[in-house]
Amino acid sequence: MEKTDFKELLKTSFLTAEVGMNGERMSEFHQIRKAALEDFLSLRVPTVKDEEWKYTNITPITGKKFTTDLPAASAGIAELQKFFFNIDKYLNIVFVNGRLNHELSGDLASLEGVTISTIKEAFVAKNPAAERYYNKTAELKGNIFAALNTSFVAEGLFIHIGKNVAAEKPLRIIYVQKNAENLMVSPRNLIVAEKGATLDLIESYSGLDQTSSLTNAVTEIYASENAQVNHIIVQEENHNSYYINNIEITQEGNSNYKSLNIALGSAIGRTNMSTRFTGQNSEATLNGLFIAGGTQLIDNHTMIDHAVPHCQSHELYKGVLGGKSRGVFNGKVMVRQDAQKTNAIQENKTILLSEEALIDTKPQLEIFADDVKCTHGATVGQLSEESLFYLKARGIGDQLARSILINAFADDLVNRIKLEDMRNYLEAKISARLS
Amino acid sequence: MIEIRNLRVNIEGKEILKGINLKINKGEVHAIMGPNGSGKSTLASVLAGRKEYEVTEGEVIFNGKNLLELSPEDRAREGVFLAFQYPVEIPGVSNTNLLKNALNEIKKYRGEVPLDAVEFLAHIKKKMALVELKQDLLSRSVNEGFSGGEKKRNEIFQMAVLEPKLGILDETDSGLDIDALRIVATGVNTLKSTENSFIVVTHYQRLLNYIVPDFVHVLYQGRIIKSGNKDLALELEDKGYDWVKDHINEFVMA
Ligand SMILES: Nc1ncnc2c1ncn2[C@@H]1O[C@H](COP(=O)(O)OP(=O)(O)OP(=O)(O)O)[C@@H](O)[C@H]1O
Ligand SMILES: [Mg+2]
Repeated sequence: MEKTDFKELLKTSFLTAEVGMNGERMSEFHQIRKAALEDFLSLRVPTVKDEEWKYTNITPITGKKFTTDLPAASAGIAELQKFFFNIDKYLNIVFVNGRLNHELSGDLASLEGVTISTIKEAFVAKNPAAERYYNKTAELKGNIFAALNTSFVAEGLFIHIGKNVAAEKPLRIIYVQKNAENLMVSPRNLIVAEKGATLDLIESYSGLDQTSSLTNAVTEIYASENAQVNHIIVQEENHNSYYINNIEITQEGNSNYKSLNIALGSAIGRTNMSTRFTGQNSEATLNGLFIAGGTQLIDNHTMIDHAVPHCQSHELYKGVLGGKSRGVFNGKVMVRQDAQKTNAIQENKTILLSEEALIDTKPQLEIFADDVKCTHGATVGQLSEESLFYLKARGIGDQLARSILINAFADDLVNRIKLEDMRNYLEAKISARLS
Repeated sequence: MIEIRNLRVNIEGKEILKGINLKINKGEVHAIMGPNGSGKSTLASVLAGRKEYEVTEGEVIFNGKNLLELSPEDRAREGVFLAFQYPVEIPGVSNTNLLKNALNEIKKYRGEVPLDAVEFLAHIKKKMALVELKQDLLSRSVNEGFSGGEKKRNEIFQMAVLEPKLGILDETDSGLDIDALRIVATGVNTLKSTENSFIVVTHYQRLLNYIVPDFVHVLYQGRIIKSGNKDLALELEDKGYDWVKDHINEFVMA
């Protein structure tokens, strides 16, 4: 019953909102929403009986009545201050309750060769890249949450990096919610890096208060030939909120995509991230860190699709789980028949800090080519007693010794970030989360 | 400094130390020698507070305190330092980070003011010079990828930084080349004063040429079966442990 309710309610919301629209109703952008709504309504809400959702029961989400009417919230600079360190070094793009806030954002037109607008505006302007790539990733088809996102995207964010352009500043996308009780927001990013383009992208998702919201995000990234995209995602939603993010990357030849996906918050947080190589000599690094406590559930599903030869992928997901929290890691590496000379390494390492914390880890290698180098592995354990004793034998107390070791485990990935201030910011954040 | 009285220790139900008696005064260096498996590391570990070991009898008094009742960290804060026979690698924790925290914790325990960043650095620099430790070993993760010799040298470096009252060196000389051995020994000799003491566990006389012990004890099957001055080490080197084993009855009787 509940399942149909979830869909019916959202359908009603959609139709109600549509009535209130003026010209937008006829727009190309809205037609895509409408088609997506049809998809959404035709798809089945997943349950734990579905292999992909086996360990993540989403009835707390699907059983809830969400409003989709985005309340305008006045968020001040002060509330967002923590995101704004070194403001001149970054280009900030701030969304409050799903809508782009120009006052809080930097000058979107300030970077040479970089076009930034809402996706809605890009469609009005008939931007060819937006029209060509928006909602075109085949893998999004059949994904109920992606369809839901597409039907409710308010504006979306379109970022286009021109040919051979190295974006002068890292882009920092900040999604926040406020007064958002039972609100569903649908962040949507379309990132197109043309041939030889370079981009540092940082996204953060969080709440400015403790209201319970659902963030249902979708990001599509296209890295054209020789493009390089460095991507950091920081999910620190409050612990009353839910978070679902579908991130789809398409990589042409000689491209390089690197991500660090950090999940610290939310009651239930699920990320699906997948990258596929469509051209040779490309490289992908998918790293992740999840830290959970209490009754949090953090689920990461990743997929790396080696569809062509001579590509490399590295994946390391690390988890620290305390309290009664649960973690899920499901990482698939697909090496298709043609993908000779593939080099793929995948690892998941988790530390359980309590007896009641639990990780379900499933690294999967599916190899159909014969001349490849692939390894995968998963380790689950407690803190090393030997290391603890060593630190104590130097005079360091039990608590501090544990915290030093946990921080070292977690910081390992953050230490690889090149932006020094971002590294320090994240280290402090992680250390605060762990204490 | 420390008095060990009739210490008996089990591991997994098996008795390893069978009644150790040892008294070490301030300013003394005691060498403990003995064949593999005789219990030398067990003794060192029990003093440092490793918890796998079960003390079934006896007591250890360290500067008036009942050592066995203290947690490993409190023993270190009271001034016990164990240079491990097999130092563990701790990925992600730099030597500096470890030492800064260790020094602060020790100072806090003793009610002293912690060193500020400048003082800490100066202190570290001085001690690095003492054991000729390479600069990069400071910022690297503790023991990770260190050579065998570097690990041992790092233990002595840490000891120099923490300035313990009782330093226990468990086979710090094993795996060291002649130069490293000399450096380590010089380090220890520089730290040595009338206020602190050392227990030096070793298989070889060569270390004792540099760090001259006041007493030498032979540990065999969980018992100290013979004690003497530095000449005992020479005699052992000369005659081997078989000599000890063959004469065990005489020794124990004596
Ligand atoms: N954790 C353990 N579990 C079981 N037995 C142990 C353990 N640690 C030590 N032992 C046993 O206790 C005995 C004494 O070991 P110990 O390491 O103290 O010897 P040692 O004198 O230091 O030898 P070496 O010269 O080889 O370093 C050995 O028989 C050893 O196998
Ligand atoms: Mg030993």
